[in-house]
Amino acid sequence: MGAEFVQLSLTPLLIGILAAIACALPGNFLILRRQALIGDAISHVVLPGIVVAFLVTGVISTWPMLFGAAGAAVVAVILIEAIRRVGRIEPGAAMGVVFTSLFAAGVLLLEQSDTSGVHLDVEHALYGNLESLIWFSAEGWGSLTDPAALADLPPELFRMAAAAVLILALTLIFWRPLKLSTFDEGFAGAVGIPTAVLSLGLVITAAVAAVAAFDAVGSIIVIAMFICPPAAARLMTNRLEVQVLWSVAFATLSAILGYVLAGYGPLWLGSDNAVSAAGMIATVSGLILALACLFAPHRARVGAPKGS
Amino acid sequence: MNTALELASEAGERVTHPAPADSPLAMQELTVSYGEKPAVFSIDATVPAESMTAIIGPNGAGKSTLLKAALGIVPRLSGRVLVFGAPLAQVMHRIAYVPQRASVDWDFPTRVIDVVLMGLYRELGLLHLVRRHHRERAIACLERVGMADFADRQIGQLSGGQQQRVFLARALAQNAELYLLDEPFAGVDAATEKAIIDVLKSLKAEKRTVVCVHHDLATVTDYFDHVLLINVRKIAEGPVATTFTADNLQKTYGGRLATAHIDQLKLPAA
Repeated sequence: MGAEFVQLSLTPLLIGILAAIACALPGNFLILRRQALIGDAISHVVLPGIVVAFLVTGVISTWPMLFGAAGAAVVAVILIEAIRRVGRIEPGAAMGVVFTSLFAAGVLLLEQSDTSGVHLDVEHALYGNLESLIWFSAEGWGSLTDPAALADLPPELFRMAAAAVLILALTLIFWRPLKLSTFDEGFAGAVGIPTAVLSLGLVITAAVAAVAAFDAVGSIIVIAMFICPPAAARLMTNRLEVQVLWSVAFATLSAILGYVLAGYGPLWLGSDNAVSAAGMIATVSGLILALACLFAPHRARVGAPKGS
Repeated sequence: MNTALELASEAGERVTHPAPADSPLAMQELTVSYGEKPAVFSIDATVPAESMTAIIGPNGAGKSTLLKAALGIVPRLSGRVLVFGAPLAQVMHRIAYVPQRASVDWDFPTRVIDVVLMGLYRELGLLHLVRRHHRERAIACLERVGMADFADRQIGQLSGGQQQRVFLARALAQNAELYLLDEPFAGVDAATEKAIIDVLKSLKAEKRTVVCVHHDLATVTDYFDHVLLINVRKIAEGPVATTFTADNLQKTYGGRLATAHIDQLKLPAA
């Protein structure tokens, strides 16, 4: 641990933690609004959006990807509404149909297009490339104060940090109306909160988290982090303020434990191949949720009948 | 009930109809539609100041929808709503709202006091901190509904009646002049019903106006002084004494309210 850790593990670990937190924060509200599936849907439709953006511009860079993903999200929302109305299918099923077929279309597009020159393939879409986001020029902890070395940090780190800070700021600023409209939308409307705008804003925020995290860590982590840490956190407390803190703690713990286990776990078990960090982080978050279900103090309340 | 009385009530209605500008809540040709069929069709109604008005009608008559349209929570297809003679956006701070208890998830992770503090949203805005005087006001509102001892409880631990009182406390925290309540007595115990009606009567005594969507025909004459009978369209409006009649009820509920049932009701003395 030292020079090697800083060079190989520090940035992937930080990116993993930031991605986990950026997704867990809006996840708290999505789950309480019974919209957890939206996070799932967004992280899937991101793929075709990014592929189309790549085909149009020929480069992988932040803004085209962001617009492509946002465009895909809009198309998905329109399709879901259309299927729901025309086909008279319940929203959950409409959502399920739309995001799986859009994701599949993204996979087909990806296979048909020449992406050999860039790092964009199906596996990348699912698991990201967390392990490859290393800090080449780092020579130890001292590099943290070396401007030349700092300039060489992977750009994904800054992108993910910017997204995490933005999402944290939005969550803090809009905390009160978000909480109020999540609990009681009718009352929120009656005190003048624009509930439809807020609801859309939450989905857009989740989309920003998904797009920012997608490139670095893939969609598996995004889906897991939208749901697992907030769901486990809900079982730890009966106060939203505390729940959100727990969800951040669980997200961080999943990222750290998952990364370490993926890198060293197989070694400890006698195998010499590391496993996918993104896959392991998602697995750990699932295990935390399972443990919370079994042992957390407020597990009895979840699933309690509505309005009784 | 005879034709003479009915004529009297209609005549009385025309006379007591106040100009919208004086009324805390006036609706003009209000129509709301969720799908192809209107839920509320072209309703004209004027709630008199300092009254206790019941909105009455069968299930699916559009009572809650009318209230929500008046609050701007559901969009109206056409018509106008005037609150204290002004458009809603300018006077929102003068209205308090108690939604149906069953419309929210009581498993939500929050405490009783936090729910009451939501009533101070317009004052607190996005970023103002909750200070001690805010907290004290919230506790005072809980005291008024007999729930001060429950301030730190998680809301999921409350009974239905206690939940309803917490909702009323939140509306009291709004400190409004017009109180709109959606079925405040639905599924509550007798003690809660008494506590709620006492608070509503004290609001009237403080010269505030109370409008309730109300289900229980048996208590209308005891609790309210004004009624609005609707079944998608308006059937009648006016003082309980002249409007809450067997005839009007029959028109509102149609065949769904048996004549025998009406006979058992405590109707205003004819």
